[in-house]
Amino acid sequence: MAEALLAVSGITKRFGGLTALEDVSLSVSPGDIYGLIGPNGAGKTTLFNILTGVYACDTGKILFKNKYLQNTKPHEVASAGIARTFQNIRLFANMTALENVMVGRHVRTRTGVIGAILRNRVTRNEERATEQRAHELLDYCGIAPHANALARHLAYGDQRRLEIARALATEPSLLALDEPAAGMNATETGALRGLLERIRADGITLLLIEHDVKLVMGLCDRLAVLDYGRKIAEGTPAEVQRDARVIEAYLGTGATEAAEAADAT
Amino acid sequence: MRRFDLEHWGKFLLLAIALVALPFLIDAALGRAWVRIIDIALLFVMLALGLNIVVGFAGLLDLGYIAFFAVGAYSYALLASPHFGVHWPFLALLPIGAMFAAVFGVLLGAPTLKLRGDYLAIVTLGFGEIIRIFMNNLNRPVNITNGPQGITLIDPLQVAGFSLSKTYMLGGLTLAPVHLYYFVFLACALLTIFISLRLENSRIGRAWVAIREDELAASAMGINTRNVKLLAFAMGATFGGVAGGLFASFQGFISPESFALLDSIMVLAMVVLGGIGNVGGVVLGAILLTALPEALRYLGPMQEQWLGRVVVDPSGLRMLMFGLALVLIMLFRPAGLWPSKTRQRELAGLTVQPAASGKHDG
Ligand SMILES: Nc1ncnc2c1ncn2[C@@H]1O[C@H](COP(=O)(O)OP(=O)(O)O)[C@@H](O)[C@H]1O
Ligand SMILES: [Mg+2]
Repeated sequence: MAEALLAVSGITKRFGGLTALEDVSLSVSPGDIYGLIGPNGAGKTTLFNILTGVYACDTGKILFKNKYLQNTKPHEVASAGIARTFQNIRLFANMTALENVMVGRHVRTRTGVIGAILRNRVTRNEERATEQRAHELLDYCGIAPHANALARHLAYGDQRRLEIARALATEPSLLALDEPAAGMNATETGALRGLLERIRADGITLLLIEHDVKLVMGLCDRLAVLDYGRKIAEGTPAEVQRDARVIEAYLGTGATEAAEAADAT
Repeated sequence: MRRFDLEHWGKFLLLAIALVALPFLIDAALGRAWVRIIDIALLFVMLALGLNIVVGFAGLLDLGYIAFFAVGAYSYALLASPHFGVHWPFLALLPIGAMFAAVFGVLLGAPTLKLRGDYLAIVTLGFGEIIRIFMNNLNRPVNITNGPQGITLIDPLQVAGFSLSKTYMLGGLTLAPVHLYYFVFLACALLTIFISLRLENSRIGRAWVAIREDELAASAMGINTRNVKLLAFAMGATFGGVAGGLFASFQGFISPESFALLDSIMVLAMVVLGGIGNVGGVVLGAILLTALPEALRYLGPMQEQWLGRVVVDPSGLRMLMFGLALVLIMLFRPAGLWPSKTRQRELAGLTVQPAASGKHDG
């Protein structure tokens, strides 16, 4: 196996008395689509928040491209090459779709106050490149016709795509998506799947939280399953699907027996 | 392309001529007092544009903004008056005042980085008052600010022996100090407009707006929210500081009472009523809200002329009408007199179904 792009080890996070994550470890190989699944409240989003510097973890280590990232500020994480989307869409609602993606270029561009005021050649070139790249990314994500619409006026599915376009603008090595298909219909989910496969084909590793079982099983190379803050299973989709603890976590205790009983009849 | 350029430059030239002629036309039509009001209006344009960076672009509600005006004014006054017997040239003092104000901007910004909305407003309000109270009390044990008496005999602007406090004759034209200051203030106001517009349409301006819209998402996009916020405070304070220095030289006298909470609120009203976040609207707001209370001074003479005597106390009526005008503007133009494009779309969007969003595409 190739050396891991991201290696998370022994992450524990408590919110007061609640242990949201307990000793969670996982390792994502470059080029993979790595799925993170589990019932609501399992701690998936919390893990994303720790990974991207929104929360500090109590214990544990995050190794990304041979650099330790635990308890790093969000903007430094973005600069290191991890981009994310949010479970509850967090676009810049009153900026246009194009401007949203242009903001994503912030971390890879340099213009400061002086450059902005003088608008010298370097600034003009950078500004032109920023806008062009933003248009390309809108096109890539299939929302080019909405470039000049305010983000908050976009349809729900398009908002999710815009979040992906904005995240891609930061030139990530790892793109972390928090339930990108939530609220989408079957057609939209199908198109999203195509987009995610294309992103992977373009060399970006994906970390994916998703509830749509068909999407996850079809798309992911590996999966980790969280339940009550613990990792209860990890492996290929086929392996995970057979895991008794996973079936139990999803369908409740007794489900395994029920399934066996059903098989017997 | 060439035709467009000609048209462009033609308009530009007309505007330039109008701006140059303005003080003399106003002088002839309304009297010299009104030229002075225009001068003050230009200072408020600078102040309002500075506050617009903090409140309009970055979305950080600052209720103590006048403190930076005070810092600029006192920096100038202390280094160009008989108070310490120092008389530095204004070309050196303006950058110093601006820098001082910027430092204060960062000093205020740093402890408030984690605060938003109401909490930020209260802390900045306190900061504004602290500065004023400091100016009031820094006359003991060592007399620095001369306390409530303020500082008098502040040097007028002066370049190479050419003083703006004297009256000159140019052809048949009388150039009184108010005219001369007009041109200096106009240049500074135009420069702040230029800088505001350039910043707005830049990587920095977008980062400010992103922070206003969603700070967490902004930081996930790699924006160092701490630095970018401090930059907004520093830029806004710089505009205020320069305006303060110009104000001190223009008035020749400043005291802590020139920098009260009401002035902070006034500048904020200019930003909000003009059109928060829109440079043109903010300029309009600053000019209107400076001129309106002055125009309402005519309420007394008007009563005499039309009713034969003064029926209602003019000073009370003046403030009543001013307040009423503000309320009416906000009722009928909730996004301001000249709202930013985004705010226009925002208000329009209230009646548009998200599904119909395709219509908005450009
Ligand atoms: N900021 C927070 N403060 C307190 N509790 C939190 C916070 N964030 C998440 N939690 C709790 O942590 C647990 C895991 O939440 P989350 O990571 O959002 O789950 P998932 O994304 O897997 O549905 C939940 O019980 C949730 O209530
Ligand atoms: Mg979640």
